[in-house]
Amino acid sequence: MSENNKPRRDFIKLASMTLGGVGAASLVVPFISTMQPGKDALALASTEIDLSPIPEGQSLTVIWRGKPVFIKHRMTDEIQSAKEINLDDLIDIQDDSARVLQDKWLVVLGVCTHLGCVPLGQKTTDNKGDFGGWFCPCHGSHYDTSGRIRKGPAPKNLEVPPYVFLTDNRIKIG
Amino acid sequence: MSSNDLHGYKKTLSSPYSGVKGWIDSRLPLIRMMEAEYLKFPVPKSLNYFWSFGGIAMFCLIGLILSGIFLGMHYKPSAEDAFNSVERIMRDVQFGWLVRYLHMNLASFFFIAVYIHIFRALYFGSYKAPRELVFIFGMLMFLLMMGTAFLGYTLPWGQMSYWGATVITNLFSAIPVVGDAILLTLLGDFTVSDATVNRFYVLHWLLAFAIVGLVVFHVITLHMTGSNNPSGMEPQNWDETLSFHPYMTIKDTKAMVLFFIVVAFVLFFFPNIMGHSDNYIRANSMVTPAHIVPEWYFLPFYAILRAIPDKLGGVLAMFGSIAVLFILPWLDTSKVRSCLYRPIWRICVLLFALDFFILMYMGAKPASDIYVLISRIGTAYWFLFFLVLAPLVGYLETPRQPLTISNFLRDKKALT
Repeated sequence: MSENNKPRRDFIKLASMTLGGVGAASLVVPFISTMQPGKDALALASTEIDLSPIPEGQSLTVIWRGKPVFIKHRMTDEIQSAKEINLDDLIDIQDDSARVLQDKWLVVLGVCTHLGCVPLGQKTTDNKGDFGGWFCPCHGSHYDTSGRIRKGPAPKNLEVPPYVFLTDNRIKIG
Repeated sequence: MSSNDLHGYKKTLSSPYSGVKGWIDSRLPLIRMMEAEYLKFPVPKSLNYFWSFGGIAMFCLIGLILSGIFLGMHYKPSAEDAFNSVERIMRDVQFGWLVRYLHMNLASFFFIAVYIHIFRALYFGSYKAPRELVFIFGMLMFLLMMGTAFLGYTLPWGQMSYWGATVITNLFSAIPVVGDAILLTLLGDFTVSDATVNRFYVLHWLLAFAIVGLVVFHVITLHMTGSNNPSGMEPQNWDETLSFHPYMTIKDTKAMVLFFIVVAFVLFFFPNIMGHSDNYIRANSMVTPAHIVPEWYFLPFYAILRAIPDKLGGVLAMFGSIAVLFILPWLDTSKVRSCLYRPIWRICVLLFALDFFILMYMGAKPASDIYVLISRIGTAYWFLFFLVLAPLVGYLETPRQPLTISNFLRDKKALT
């Protein structure tokens, strides 16, 4: 091999290694894609719920996308306590009106935003935490009557799923 | 010798053995290697019983793989069938109860052996030059072990399986920007689900065999430097060593028999003592058990996670508490290996062991005020130990040191 062939050799080496490398690396796309939720899981199932059997002060848990959804029929004092707080006291600042469509109905995902446990507070006998909403037994996060995080390690408020009122007593989640 | 021959590249076909043994050995030099690395391998003659736990851990691993193979013939990795297939193993498969209890309890005893093994390395300075890589391969195995144990604990699909998997996978959601994408990729669904248990089963196998691969590297690097010993001194001549066989093989066998008597006692009389009764309730994605606790071997790290009041901070502290172990060989500034000759560091290491048990206790308690406070103090000492004491004590203390292993043994004899 003569000296002036060297740059050409280097180019061929580099080009073939690059092409081979990119080709092999592109296999990552299909492989990692198979690990994502499949089309069946992605299909956004929607759930319709009749609210009329839920008396004031009580809650219902329904399943949406495999996750529990809390539907709470709030009492007047619960609505009041959710509205009349100093927003600066909150960890994740959000007004109650931004979290509900109708004041007496609160709809949130029953999944603690810390590490995904289901908080207590749906049953009347449950520990509802220091703020009268929900209490996560795993690592001690307290949520208020608007599902907002008030105390503990969770960084965010309980998530509000997309939902609409079909009639006054019927909602559709998803 | 001309420059054209293949001397140095061409392997010699001659073997020290003859007959069939020689025929095989000249083609596959495994017999030669085993003889050099095990039968005639010189180890310091001052080794104590702490040095048996590496071998004990390896036998735990072999037992886990064996029992795992037979469990795998009956286990069904799906959300629908997993719980029932484990119950079937317990009730209907002949001796299934034994194989499953063996797998369950050996996992715990594997951790016991490895924790003692790691303590040995810390106390007698086995992580120091030239054994840094031995230690790092060991730590990598420890990480994979924790991964394998976590994945395996998900498989029976009980309440603790399900919610343990939920909490641990959600740790990844603390990572900024990509956290949620990583979580979806891990779970294959929006929650721990059928897709999750299927892939966890595959990964449980994969990581188990990755550990076997790392054992090979651990042993190769160990056999380059030879074993450390309680004096921390290197053997100077053949008189300060013993051949691995029969001296260590017989000593390790004795230690193993004693260790596995304890395993058998727990296995036959208290097989569920290290488990949690909630895991005999089928997974329910709507109800979280009132008190989630991980398996005992994760408790110290779980306590560290809960000690930090911030989600990302807690996750970083937990992973950081293991990461600091990897750089210990460079954090410790003392040239003296063994704690027997380091009066201040010895106290630090013993306090660290105590700290480990305190954190373990705190991890099992609910996250209320006094327990969180103690966890915080424990977490602070954990990091202080590695990041401050390890570099500092090396400068502050005046170590004593025996000049040779023979001196060490003579001093020890004079004491007793």
